[in-house]
Amino acid sequence: MSSYSLRGMNWFNALSTGAKTVVGLPASLNVADGFLGEQAVRFIAVVADPDNRFVRARNGEVGLLEGWGLAKAVDEVITADQDKPQKRALIAIVDVPSQAYGRREEALGIHQALAGAADSYARARLAGHPVIGLLVGKAMSGAFLAHGYQANRLIALRDPGVMVHAMGKASAARVTLRSVEELETLAASVPPMAYDIDSYASLGLLWETLSVDQIEHPTAADVSRVTECLTQAIGDVAEKGRDLSSRLGASNRAASSQVRQLLREQW
Amino acid sequence: MTDSAALLHKHSFVELGARQRAKALLDAGTFRELLDPFQRVMSPWLSRQGVVPQADDGVVIAKGSLDGKPVVIAAIEGAFQGGSLGEVGGAKIAGALELAAEDNRKGIPTRAVLLLETGGVRLQEANLGLAAIADIHAAIVDLRQYQPVVGVIAGSVGCFGGMSIAAGLCSYLVVTQEARLGLNGPQVIEQEAGLEEYDSRDRPFIWSLTGGEQRFATGLVDRYAEDDVAQIRQQVGELLKQGLPANQRSGQAELYLQRLARLDAEPQIEPATVRDLYQGARS
Repeated sequence: MSSYSLRGMNWFNALSTGAKTVVGLPASLNVADGFLGEQAVRFIAVVADPDNRFVRARNGEVGLLEGWGLAKAVDEVITADQDKPQKRALIAIVDVPSQAYGRREEALGIHQALAGAADSYARARLAGHPVIGLLVGKAMSGAFLAHGYQANRLIALRDPGVMVHAMGKASAARVTLRSVEELETLAASVPPMAYDIDSYASLGLLWETLSVDQIEHPTAADVSRVTECLTQAIGDVAEKGRDLSSRLGASNRAASSQVRQLLREQW
Repeated sequence: MTDSAALLHKHSFVELGARQRAKALLDAGTFRELLDPFQRVMSPWLSRQGVVPQADDGVVIAKGSLDGKPVVIAAIEGAFQGGSLGEVGGAKIAGALELAAEDNRKGIPTRAVLLLETGGVRLQEANLGLAAIADIHAAIVDLRQYQPVVGVIAGSVGCFGGMSIAAGLCSYLVVTQEARLGLNGPQVIEQEAGLEEYDSRDRPFIWSLTGGEQRFATGLVDRYAEDDVAQIRQQVGELLKQGLPANQRSGQAELYLQRLARLDAEPQIEPATVRDLYQGARS
């Protein structure tokens, strides 16, 4: 077992078979141009780079190089497809344990690097590129905001290792002045606080969840199931538009809709 | 004026609450609050966790005019739950920005000002706070196509977590000496990386890296203002008047990658190193 997750890399390799590797990016980014059926796509994954120049970003965290590198990888697509009627889709393969926590990162403005990534994904979406987030591992906090959360559609694989959250348990306990045990008890009864993917799905933020046979090392059948789902998601975006409104509507997120409706009435 | 006379004429912005701040920036008599506290749209998640909710969920949305032109202000109340964003407060900001973008598509030139005093996601509403912040990011990028979005970080809470990314998406940022801007709060970095890496109790150290003065000197913000209502109002007015920036800071990946490539990342970093590396970053 390695100390970091290999899921993102394994899914990237499995989905991008035959795709052309994009060079000129940080080693912690795997990026390739290929096809899903007829649809041209760019696959993007953040992966662990044990030799990362920034020591706090060696386990697949999204740090300075990763944030700005993601921005560059997405900007290239926006620019290249500017005058094309058919826009390439962006597939963000998400397996990110956290943002990088470190002195260098804060000093050099990691918030700005992550803003660079979020900005590019959002602009790609507005320019008509279908952006799909595929959650195969952790999707944590700032790392997820930079890589995945601006997607038109989010798809998660059903597995205990796939989780979305705002902060790791130890830190969340410290900041909210609770013990980890207390935090876990609360998380079990308050859906937005839970770490598991079913609770997350109940918030209405996922477009689809999928079961696979071997999440660590996807089989051919797993790859074809996921490919089909990604293709359907791209089609759904083409049909229903480029904003994030499909995330609203779940009963566990009713207040988000209610607030918007009241604002509109009073605007 | 003598120093004491100047002090008497100065009105602190930092000491104002969110509602007063919004009022202070808008043209006199134009403040109109949306979803005000009397409508009691509160967090559905806090009371079951033993936290008393607040009638405005810590976010004030105000419409009005600034220098005679339409603007919407979203002000976060740093005194409530550390300015953290939950489902309702987050939806208020995202929803207001979405409507401002819609205004522009209909020919109404509504601008936006964000008054940011926030630790980021409210952990009691974790994933709904995170989702709301993603919506806020999306809405800033959308609105920014038409009109500037100005962020003000006055202090004393500062701006952290997912909302620091929102700050990084703004067209322009104004800070004071009291302000801090960073992704991760000092406590969390210490928890994750250790005391050696980041001492959360060492205030001078933290301000030297993430404080308003340093952020201005390194070009990561656009304006450095005194803690004075009139001065902050003037700076915000000037920036709104400037219109869209020629180069959006968050759109400069190539430039920042080149700068980072020049850095020797081996030794632990000093504030002066960042100043040297990013010098000339301000456009």
